[in-house]
Amino acid sequence: MSTRSLAKEQPASFAFNADMTALSKRIIAKYPAGRQASAVIPLLDLAQRQEGWVTKPAIEEIARILDMAPMRVLEVATFYTMFNLAPVGKTHVQVCTSLSCWLRGSNDVVKSCKEKLGIGFGGITPDGKFSLGELECSGACVNAPVAQIGDDYYEDLDYASTGKLLDAFKRGETPKPGSAIGRDGAAPAGEAITLTENPTPPAKQDFAAAKAAFEKAKAEAAAKAAAPKA
Amino acid sequence: MPKLTIDGIAVEVPPNTTILQAAESVGVEIPRFCYHDRLSIAGNCRMCLVDVEKSPKPVASCAMPVGEGMVVHTKSDRANKARNGVMEFLLINHPLDCPICDQGGECDLQDQAMAYGADRGRYHENKRAVKDKYMGPVVETVMTRCIHCTRCVRFATEVAGVPQLGATGRGEDMEITSYLEGALSSELSGNVVDLCPVGALTSKPYAFNARPWELRKTESIDVMDAVGTNVRLDARGRQVLRVLPRVNEDVNEEWLADKSRHAVDGLRYQRLDQPFVRKNGKLQPASWDEAFAAIVGKVRGMSGAKFAAIAGDTVDAEAMIALKDLGTALGSANFDCRQDGAALDPAVRASYIFNSTIAGIEQADVVLIVGANPRKEAPVLNARIRKRYLRGAFQAAVIGDAADLTYKYDHLGTNADLLSKIADGSHPFAAALKNAKKPMIILGMAALTRADGAAILAAAKTVADTCGLIKDGWNGFNVLHTAAARVGGLDAGFVPGQGGKDTRGILDAAGKGEIDVVYLLGADEIDTAKLGKAFVIYQGHHGDRGAHRADVILPGAAYTEKDGTYVNTEGRVQRALRAVFPPGDAREDWTILRALSEKLGKTLPYDTLAQVRARLAFVNPLFAGVDKAQPAEWKAFGAAGAISTTGFDYPVKNYYMTDPISRASRTMAQCTEEFVLAGSKKATGTHG
Repeated sequence: MSTRSLAKEQPASFAFNADMTALSKRIIAKYPAGRQASAVIPLLDLAQRQEGWVTKPAIEEIARILDMAPMRVLEVATFYTMFNLAPVGKTHVQVCTSLSCWLRGSNDVVKSCKEKLGIGFGGITPDGKFSLGELECSGACVNAPVAQIGDDYYEDLDYASTGKLLDAFKRGETPKPGSAIGRDGAAPAGEAITLTENPTPPAKQDFAAAKAAFEKAKAEAAAKAAAPKA
Repeated sequence: MPKLTIDGIAVEVPPNTTILQAAESVGVEIPRFCYHDRLSIAGNCRMCLVDVEKSPKPVASCAMPVGEGMVVHTKSDRANKARNGVMEFLLINHPLDCPICDQGGECDLQDQAMAYGADRGRYHENKRAVKDKYMGPVVETVMTRCIHCTRCVRFATEVAGVPQLGATGRGEDMEITSYLEGALSSELSGNVVDLCPVGALTSKPYAFNARPWELRKTESIDVMDAVGTNVRLDARGRQVLRVLPRVNEDVNEEWLADKSRHAVDGLRYQRLDQPFVRKNGKLQPASWDEAFAAIVGKVRGMSGAKFAAIAGDTVDAEAMIALKDLGTALGSANFDCRQDGAALDPAVRASYIFNSTIAGIEQADVVLIVGANPRKEAPVLNARIRKRYLRGAFQAAVIGDAADLTYKYDHLGTNADLLSKIADGSHPFAAALKNAKKPMIILGMAALTRADGAAILAAAKTVADTCGLIKDGWNGFNVLHTAAARVGGLDAGFVPGQGGKDTRGILDAAGKGEIDVVYLLGADEIDTAKLGKAFVIYQGHHGDRGAHRADVILPGAAYTEKDGTYVNTEGRVQRALRAVFPPGDAREDWTILRALSEKLGKTLPYDTLAQVRARLAFVNPLFAGVDKAQPAEWKAFGAAGAISTTGFDYPVKNYYMTDPISRASRTMAQCTEEFVLAGSKKATGTHG
C-alpha cells in the first residue's frame, strides 16, 4: 500500500443517475435525522459502481448530499483501499498477496495475470477492459490463493486456472465464482478426513425427574425456614 | 462523586472526569501529545498510559473516566515501560532533525523524549518520508515530523469551524492534509502552530528566525481588534519576532487571531523614526525642536475653537488623556476618538460596551447579530460564539449580509429596518428573544456608523428593554467594536465637549476653514482629503494616510513599544508592557504631548507614567480597576428616528489589513493575496 490520493485528471462533474439516486435515498433513510453522514461509505460505493471509480466531483457531491465537509468524505475514500481513486478497467482483477495466499502460491497467480494481461499492478490495458490490482488479505485464507474480480471471489487458483479464468473474461463470459478445483465452499478438497462419523447425540435428560427433585428440595427448604418459628 | 487514589494521593472528583484531569487536579503530571483541554478527546497518541490496579493492560488516562475506588499508578514500572514503548514507536518515524527544526527548545516531543525516550533506537530500516503540504501563508509544514496527534484537525473542525484539515490514508500512510492542499481559510489558522506538539506545523513568517531561549518575553495586549487578546511578545534585540497568546479564560482562552499574531512584521516597515516638517509642500526631516517650533508658531495665540483632535484606533488611553488635557488647556472642545463616526453615546457606558462580557456568551441562548461580522471583526470572540453554538440549545440570527460565520444562524434579512420591526414586536424573532433565558444582541460598527446610526442604537435599546435582554445579573446589550482604542477613548472622555465637534463636524469645519489645526493621534482611517487647508499634526508610528497629509509629523511608539492601557470591547481595562524601544527618535506618545505642552506654555501636570495613570483614574475611576470587566449601569440613551431600509456597509472589508501596522506587514499582504484576492492568482501548491 502507498499514499492514496485523488487522480490528477478528474471529470468536470458528477451526478447520481436515477437508479442510484433512488438507492442513495433509501440508504440515507436508514439513519436517524442528523446522522445522515453515516451513509458516506455506501454512497461512495454507489458512486464507484456508477462511474467505476471515485472521482473528486463525486466526493464533493456526496459531501453536499450528506452535509459533510468534503475533507471528511475524502478521509473515508482514502482510508478504504476498496475505493478506487483512479480509473480501472471494466474487469478489475485484484489478487490477494497476503501471507496465506502467498504461501499457497499467489506469486504464480500474479505471474499468470501479468502475462495474460500484459500489465503490472496498478496498470490498465490499452483497451480499458482489464486492470490489475493487489489486495490485502481478502479474508478467504481457507480457499487461498484468491483473486477478486468485480464483486466475486475466485478461489483455489493456480497458474493454469488463472489463465483460463482470464481467457473466459476476455471472451466476454462471466465464469462461476468460487473454487476453481470444485470444492464445495470451504469444505475440504477430496474426502473428508475428520468428523467422518455422525456425532454422538447428547445424553437424553429426564426433565420430569429433575423438576420433581427441585420441587422437593424447595419444599424441604421452606419447611426448614418455617421450623424455628414453631 | 467518585473517590480514587492517584500515586497514593486520595482525590475526589466529579463523575465523568478523566483520570488525566483528576491527576492534574492533584499536581500529578501525565505526558500527552494528542490530549488538549479545549479539544475533543482523540486518545490516539497513547503517551498518557497509566497503570490502573486490576486492569489487565495500561490505560489511556486521557480517555478513561474515573471510577469509584480506582487505584492509579502513574510512575510504576508498568506505566513507565508502556511510555517508553510508545515513545520508541513515535520516534521510529520521526526524523530527529531537532537542530534544524523551529520547534526545537519548545517541543513537547523533545521534552518528553528526554524523560521517556531511550538513548538509542533499535530501528534500522528506512524512516518514512512525507511530502510537505501547503496550508497557507502563515503555516509552514514539515510533515515528516508529524506524529498524527490530530490536534490541528480537531482545532480546525471544532474551534475554527473550517473543517478543511483531515487525515487521509491509514496506518503508515496516514497523512495530515488540507482538502486538495488549499490554504486553511480561517482567521485563527495560526493557532494550529501553537497546538502542534512537534515541528510539523510551524510559523512560516517566523521560520528560522530565532530559538526560544534567545527571546525576551513581555506580556502585552493586542490592539489589532477590540477583543483585547492577551499576548506575549517575543523580542530579540530591538525587534519583536513573534506574538503568542497568553491564557485568559475571560477574554481569549488561549487563541489568537492571525492578524494579531502575524502583523508584527509591519512594525519593521514604513516606520516614522524622526520628526518631519512640511516645507515648500514637501515633508523634510527635522529635529524635535524644529517640529515643536513649527507647531508652536501655528498654535500659539490661536483661538482654541480652531483646534481639533482625532484619536486613532490603536492609541493607548494615556496618550488620549494627555492630548485631551492639552487641547482643553488650549480652549478647545473638538475631540473625537470615533474616526468612523459611530453614533455611540459617550454619556452612558452601557451603550457602548459589550455588556454580557465575552465569557458571558457561553451563557447566552439566543443571539441577534446586527450589522456585524464577528468572524472578521473579532475572530476570537466569534470562536466563543461557535463554542456556545456547539453546545446546542442555541439560536443565532443575523440582520445584515449572510456571511459564513462558522455556525448556523437564521438570516433575517439585510434590511436594517428589520430591527425596528423586532423593537415593535411585529417581527416573529421578537418572540424568540422574549422566550429566551439569556438573550443577547450584538450591534456592529456597520450599524452604528451609518447616517441613521443613532436611530439603530435607539431601536436596539428598545429591543433590549422590550424583549427581556436586561434581567437580574444579565445585560444582553452588546456593542462589538473594531478598534482597540475606542472604549478606552470613550471612557477617558475623548469625545466632543460642550459645543465641541465630532469627527464629521471636525472634517466639515476643516474643509470650510473654520478649524485651523487638526491633531491626528494615530488617526489614519479618516478621509484626509476632507481636511482642506487645515494645518495637520500627525503623531503616530507609521507613514500611512494620516502622515501623508501631515504638515508636522511627530514619531510615536507602536503598541509593542510603550506601556499602555487599553480597554477592550467589554470594558476591560488591560495594561500592555513595553517589549522594545521605539525606533530612532520616536518616543512614547504621552511624553511627546507632555513635551509639546511645555513648549506651548500649557505644561501638563504629570511627569511620570504613574502620574498619567493617576490622572486617568481621576477622570474615570474605572481605569483603576485593571483586568476586570466592570459592569455598567443601564440608563436611558439613544434618539429614536427613522431607519432606512438599506443594507450595511461593513468596516472590515479585508480582514488582513485594517490599520497602519497590518497595512505595512508583508505577511498580511500575502494573506490578502491568498484569501482576499483569491481567484486572480491560484495557489502554487506545495512548497519545495
